[in-house]
Amino acid sequence: MENNKHLLLGDEAVALGAINAGLSGVYAYPGTPSTEITEFIQASPLAKERGIHCRWSSNEKTAMEAALGMSYMGKRAMVCMKHVGMNVAADAFVNSAMTGANGGLVVVAADDPSMHSSQNEQDSRFYGKFAMMPTFEPSSQQEAYEMIGEAFELSERYRIPVLFRLVTRMAHSRAVVTTGEVREQNKKSYPQNPNQWVLMPAFAKARNNVLTKEQADFLAEAENSKRNKYVDGADKSMGVVACGIAYNYLMEHYENGCPYPVLKVSQYPLPKKLVKRMADECESILVLEDGQPFAEEQIRGVLDEGVKVRGRLTGEVPRTGELTPDNIIAALHLKNAEVYPKSEIVVPRPPALCMGCGHRDMYAALNEVVKEYENARVFSDIGCYTLGFLPPYRAIHSVVDMGASITMAKGAADAGQFPSVAVIGDSTFTHSGMTGLLDAVNEKANITIIISDNLTTGMTGGQDSAGTGRLESICTGIGVEPEHVRVVVPLPKNMEEMKKVMREEIEYKGVSVIIPRRECIQTARRHAKNKNK
Amino acid sequence: MHTDIILSGVGGQGILSIATVIGATALKEGLFIKQAEVHGMSQRGGDVQSNLRISSEPISSDLIPLGKADLIISLEPMEALRYLPYLKKEGWLITNSTPFVNVTNYPDSEAVIKTIKEMKNSIVIDVDSIAKEAGSQRSANIVLLGAASPFLGLEIDKMEDGVRMVFGRKGEDIVEMNLKAFRAGLEFARQSIIK
Repeated sequence: MENNKHLLLGDEAVALGAINAGLSGVYAYPGTPSTEITEFIQASPLAKERGIHCRWSSNEKTAMEAALGMSYMGKRAMVCMKHVGMNVAADAFVNSAMTGANGGLVVVAADDPSMHSSQNEQDSRFYGKFAMMPTFEPSSQQEAYEMIGEAFELSERYRIPVLFRLVTRMAHSRAVVTTGEVREQNKKSYPQNPNQWVLMPAFAKARNNVLTKEQADFLAEAENSKRNKYVDGADKSMGVVACGIAYNYLMEHYENGCPYPVLKVSQYPLPKKLVKRMADECESILVLEDGQPFAEEQIRGVLDEGVKVRGRLTGEVPRTGELTPDNIIAALHLKNAEVYPKSEIVVPRPPALCMGCGHRDMYAALNEVVKEYENARVFSDIGCYTLGFLPPYRAIHSVVDMGASITMAKGAADAGQFPSVAVIGDSTFTHSGMTGLLDAVNEKANITIIISDNLTTGMTGGQDSAGTGRLESICTGIGVEPEHVRVVVPLPKNMEEMKKVMREEIEYKGVSVIIPRRECIQTARRHAKNKNK
Repeated sequence: MHTDIILSGVGGQGILSIATVIGATALKEGLFIKQAEVHGMSQRGGDVQSNLRISSEPISSDLIPLGKADLIISLEPMEALRYLPYLKKEGWLITNSTPFVNVTNYPDSEAVIKTIKEMKNSIVIDVDSIAKEAGSQRSANIVLLGAASPFLGLEIDKMEDGVRMVFGRKGEDIVEMNLKAFRAGLEFARQSIIK
């Protein structure tokens, strides 16, 4: 085997590409489908040898800011998150376009169209446009590897952070990647224009003019990029714009080349010149893109005049959900193959909490206790314990975003809800629950918060949790009365004790925190295995 | 050559261990590979699948189109049937016979097996018992891989090298155990095809 050929996930290709491009630090909070980028760097011998920072951050905003700090020092930094993490990082992300970068700064957002493991299917390319940043979207694992290096180069050429967008099928699909040269890391250097990093109005206004002016440069970069490729075709009845991995689904149907002109897009701003050429030469344009109709809307415009633009907005491609080789067939005027019908005997198999999981015992006790009240409401959060919504527990009434359990329980209590219970995991609590807890404490809100502590970030596969070992002191530090911070061990044999504690704390008129604490059985198993080695 | 494979099972059964051996073999043979996996929420006891494509020519899509899979390899019988619309009409379905019942409305397991056996090209194999006979139940997945190996478009001895590569760092005993499991699965498949 040639040792420069590796079978890598898209995530791993990004990670290795970044290491080989001279990365000095990755900052991230775990989130499907982005988690494996940081995990790969954590396991990389070269990353260790080079002292590349790779510890998990508390949330995406702290990650983004720390990376910006590393970039300030002239080093190459990368931030990784799932698409909804962009919302958390947004303040820092959008303003980082204003400060600009010193060392190369690449922000990787892994989108999840079709919501395999997410609560929405927002398209991060909008964030790139919103922040006026160049955006990259690889179509293959090989491109992911190579384009990370190009993203760092562009970032340093214009001293601007750049966005790097993946989707689930790129992040979590393996292919053979040929790796190249390993670049040295940057030496420490301070920014040439220090005022740019102080976003007071006088400086920010000047910087905004520069950033706006540079949009033309970013466009020219995209128009001249080898990643944006116009391949002519004989049949001009249609031209196809294929963004990111949509290009693969298109080409799947044309082993000997596509008969229509194709514009493959992997770098934004949308390359206007190439789109214009297609509009001039073709009778219609079909836009294939994974996620929301980002390119399609731009190409069509508000007035929708000129060449006919088809895609998600015209219904020829499904309006929502990820693209597949199958759901673009009609738009290409091809016929589906004859297939076996769906087997009628098959029933759905939804995910469930693991047998022996501590969240199960927590919900079993909580359900018993809240049954004693007429109208209890349980506001929950993002994590494995979200599965408490499904049978047999059916225990929760809301799941919205990281940390929303505590603040929603408070808002409901403000409106007169009792009992108002929040269920949140340990990692989600330190991600975005702590500030909400302060709000609740300041107003002595009548809520009961259950921090179901499994000592890890479970749903994403067991990454370190930022508050492990310190949850009680965090809660009392924020101002919860120490006698109302109660720790229990969620096991069937402790059911009566757990119920008693829950009852007492629901009845307490103020903020109370119950911490059912038992290690995640998945990580416990792994720890036991490693110990026996 | 070009082989499109759907691997299926229940989260936690370890379908990816099968993909790892096929991937290692294909990589060594200099083939193109694309393997879309499922990570995240569904890994918690839900249905899981992986699309594995190996080819001597470059591969476009990470996902296998409907009706194009040459093979469904499943660690669970009902899960094998879930992906039937992806199987070519002349494709093969190779599945473990033991149901994994973690839903209350799991269908009659005999009806599931009957449906599979009525198909033109199917192999139903009790991988756990065969693995136990071969040495250890831990190599059940490799028994299934062995049973699927005649259909992969890869040479059997290259597959055995793949098993050696993947398990090599765990020691010679583990390698031998898995080779035994692999061959037992292969033998079962050969007998089934003759019938």
